[in-house]
Amino acid sequence: MSAGIVTMGSSRQSGHRIAALSRAEGVLLRRNRIALLTALALPAVMVFALKAAPAVVDAGGARGVGAMLLTGLTAFALLLAVYYNLVAALVARREELVLKRLRTGETTDAEILAGTAAPAIAIAWAQIAVATVAAVAVFGVAPPANAVLMLVALILGTAVFAVLAAASSAATRTVEMAQVTTLPVLTIPFAFSGLLFPLALLPEPLRWLAQALPLTPVVTLMRLGLTGTAADGHHLGMAATFGAAAIPVLVLAAWIAAGTWAARRWFRWEPRR
Amino acid sequence: MDDNSVITVRDLRRRYGGSGSRGFDAVRGVTFSVRRGELFALLGTNGAGKTSTMEVLEGLAPPTQGEVRVLGRDPRRERALVRRRMGIMLQEGGFPADLTVAETGRMWAGTLSAPRPVGEALELVDLGHRAGVAVRSLSGGERRRLDLAMAILGRPEVLFLDEPTTGLDPESRRRTWLLIRELLESGTTVVLTTHYLEEAEELADRLAIMHQGRIVRMGTPAEVAAWQPARISFQLPEGWREPFPELAGMRVSVTGRGVMLQAEDLQRTLTALLEWAKSRDLVLGALDARSTSLEQAFLAVAASSGEPVNYNDNAKDVAA
Repeated sequence: MSAGIVTMGSSRQSGHRIAALSRAEGVLLRRNRIALLTALALPAVMVFALKAAPAVVDAGGARGVGAMLLTGLTAFALLLAVYYNLVAALVARREELVLKRLRTGETTDAEILAGTAAPAIAIAWAQIAVATVAAVAVFGVAPPANAVLMLVALILGTAVFAVLAAASSAATRTVEMAQVTTLPVLTIPFAFSGLLFPLALLPEPLRWLAQALPLTPVVTLMRLGLTGTAADGHHLGMAATFGAAAIPVLVLAAWIAAGTWAARRWFRWEPRR
Repeated sequence: MDDNSVITVRDLRRRYGGSGSRGFDAVRGVTFSVRRGELFALLGTNGAGKTSTMEVLEGLAPPTQGEVRVLGRDPRRERALVRRRMGIMLQEGGFPADLTVAETGRMWAGTLSAPRPVGEALELVDLGHRAGVAVRSLSGGERRRLDLAMAILGRPEVLFLDEPTTGLDPESRRRTWLLIRELLESGTTVVLTTHYLEEAEELADRLAIMHQGRIVRMGTPAEVAAWQPARISFQLPEGWREPFPELAGMRVSVTGRGVMLQAEDLQRTLTALLEWAKSRDLVLGALDARSTSLEQAFLAVAASSGEPVNYNDNAKDVAA
């Protein structure tokens, strides 16, 4: 159920089936060329827009801005390209009875979800790649303090928002309704992710709560990996960054488990009658 | 259940909405088997439980009670083993509206273990010339045929067709029947639901009529049709007072001037009736004689209250 990322079978046939489904999803994406181009151009546009705002750059120093930008764009890619797009795609396929039809074939449930999710994930990762290139080119980002943590943030973050999308699709009756049903996951984790304001400004219990939200650990891990800076602003060595990463990784693992459980419990393969 | 059974269903029950009073029993204890290479048709009015039964055979839903085996296996728990030998056409299923017919075929073929060429499957349902057309631009009938093409794409041993010709024009329906017969000749076992009686009469080796979650009649089309007696109806002339005579092997019901005869042997009863009328120089108004038919059997079931009892003294129990 976890969009195949966790429970995907390893057989060649399974890979075959997922590839067949994601190829079809990819054809559908390419058919909407403008949306695809917009999705890929947006990160670059944002990087250049910030470059044109000298006040921001002066405040943080070019390199700091580059790291912040990359972290922020990764968060956006997970929220919009993975989470929102996947909710919309799953609801659309469910409502046109495609999920129901696919379940009559040899494809397993997990493979159907993986095949549907793969293009959304591919776009999100492409956005992040574009953002990285643009940020390095424009601001010059220092070599990461711990690239492994960045990768962990990306993979676990993708899994979290993919399973949350599967769970949210259950509460979404139409594609249009997705604009409303996705708001809680889009806004609350973002507001308390540490991107809008430093979480240190929050009183103690709220700060803990913020760190338990699904996006905060991604931002924390990205910042650790990029600059080696802990949440409290201390610079850490390579070894110490792994220690500081333990709690955010556990929080993400817990969200994957909770999201998988919710999706298994509530996911709908066909429209309500 | 003989060894040749491809599908066996024993005391299948399906209940929706839990065990409380708000729950609903869609299937209430159904038992049948389907032999290799035959076409077994499930008939019934809407809500009779046909699709609910099919969903369990297809492995899409668990039975509330009872046991189902397809190709000797549990179609739900052993889905991976059974599915590759199975083709399914749902009553309502969809394909992405923006994919073309050929792209849909390629996608579906990519998920199958041993697909036939996509072009061949499309030709079989006469959609080859529509390969480049988007699914959203197909007519309702063309979508049904695309659905059928995908169901047979994997060369299934067992084919489930849930109302395959609903929405088809007569020409496409004939052609679909032809295709189904070809599949049967090549050894495919087919389970089909329909509410077109002529479809069942045309294709089925055996059939079951379902009503309110139960099988009320089962057998060959001829056996099920024979369950209802032949009927003769006519009107007596105005002012006829003479009592109606005993004729060979029939039941009589008279309402006003109208008379309805139920005959075991239509020819004998009809001859006796006509000779009697001739001897009295009687003109029988609105004379109508019809032999046993599946349609009559079906209508009798549909009109009944749903208890699987004899509807009539002449009923032959043909339930196998």
